[in-house]
Amino acid sequence: MINKVVKDAAEACHDIPDGATLMLGGFGLCGIPENAINELLNKGIKNLTCISNNAGVDDFGIGLLLQKRQVKKMISSYVGENAEFERQLLSGELEVELIPQGTLAERIRAGGAGIPAFFTPAGYGTEIGVGKESREFNGKMYLMESWLKADFALVKAWKGDTAGNLIYKGTARNFNPMMATAGKITIAEVEELVPVGELDPNMIHTPGIYVQRIFQGKDYEKRIEQRTVR
Amino acid sequence: MLDKHGIAKRIAQELQDGFYVNLGIGIPTLVANYIPEGMDVVLQSENGLLGMGPFPTEAEVDPDLINAGKQTVTTLPGSSIFSSAESFAMIRGEHVHLTILGAMEVSEKGDIANWKIPGKMVKGMGGAMDLVASAKNIIVAMQHTSKDGQSKLLPQCTLPITGVQCVKKIVTDLAVLEVTGNGFRLLERAPGVSVEQIKNATAGKLIIEGDVPEIAV
Repeated sequence: MINKVVKDAAEACHDIPDGATLMLGGFGLCGIPENAINELLNKGIKNLTCISNNAGVDDFGIGLLLQKRQVKKMISSYVGENAEFERQLLSGELEVELIPQGTLAERIRAGGAGIPAFFTPAGYGTEIGVGKESREFNGKMYLMESWLKADFALVKAWKGDTAGNLIYKGTARNFNPMMATAGKITIAEVEELVPVGELDPNMIHTPGIYVQRIFQGKDYEKRIEQRTVR
Repeated sequence: MLDKHGIAKRIAQELQDGFYVNLGIGIPTLVANYIPEGMDVVLQSENGLLGMGPFPTEAEVDPDLINAGKQTVTTLPGSSIFSSAESFAMIRGEHVHLTILGAMEVSEKGDIANWKIPGKMVKGMGGAMDLVASAKNIIVAMQHTSKDGQSKLLPQCTLPITGVQCVKKIVTDLAVLEVTGNGFRLLERAPGVSVEQIKNATAGKLIIEGDVPEIAV
């Protein structure tokens, strides 16, 4: 099997340049690539276009990159948990493209699957549809949406093997599997890196073909946004 | 008048055995507390969970298991977990029977606005546009009027819309209304609320046919 292992986040992210387009997995703070985000912070890579469902919170996740003005443009579906984000948006410092969540997920999936465009009903008749081709199928109106791809996809999985096969845990899966397919270079960080043969092939969520680099992550904080108990 | 729990209780009467249901943030989330005893209803959370269970105990809290409102939740026997693409495939593919969500405005044609107030609030639409574009049945849970007394049931939405001609039914603190395409048909009124009060609080066309019964919750 091809060995995809790199030492750490620094080696995995060594060639991410200023101005890169990145996909970052996660929903809220659940399943975000914490180690890779820290490395982007440490290296101070700038003018990033970040495709991610959310923009983190003020002091964690992508919110940290926003604080340091490393992000030029965000492509997201919901950014409500981040005051600094809202400030930069309203002052015009930050470009933002808001996309319906299912459309965002499917555009990324399409990017990885080699499908340049598809039709979805989401957003038809709203300002999201302005300037987009629309078409009727079986009496219902649909918008044409195009694929999304990235220079680097930064994903987080629970377990991975040296061949890049990934298994996610719980709702930390979210956008990670599609993003893994849509990066020219996909960097996976995992909580537990195991030798090939240890993972049951039936249980793999992301086949290793999509992953170019994998590393054992460390010091996961896994911050909870809304700790809600019975 | 109904409080938010009353609205949730009334909406719970719309559930049917075997339904897969997506609940939005706010009042819709409360509907989960009033699923009739013995009825099998499966809750879908669009971040990738089918069969959403109750909030965890302190010992059960798992940062890798949250709902679409980013709250910690649990799974149930028979739950399944999947990607966001799969989640919206089941929504777009009309496999989810019912979507219940909040709104800032609903028009008499069934247009809904709930994602943006230009110049004031730009949080994003999240999954709302996908949900309203594809759900077989959409029920809106909201207050009949805004905090400053303006009707939220309008001839046309004034805010940027989330979806066109999609809302089927509205349950407010004052009434249950059906969206007919050419007006809001008043089905039921909240306990202690007169038809006149509902008329006054509804800016869009209100259709009243015969006696309007009181909501039983």
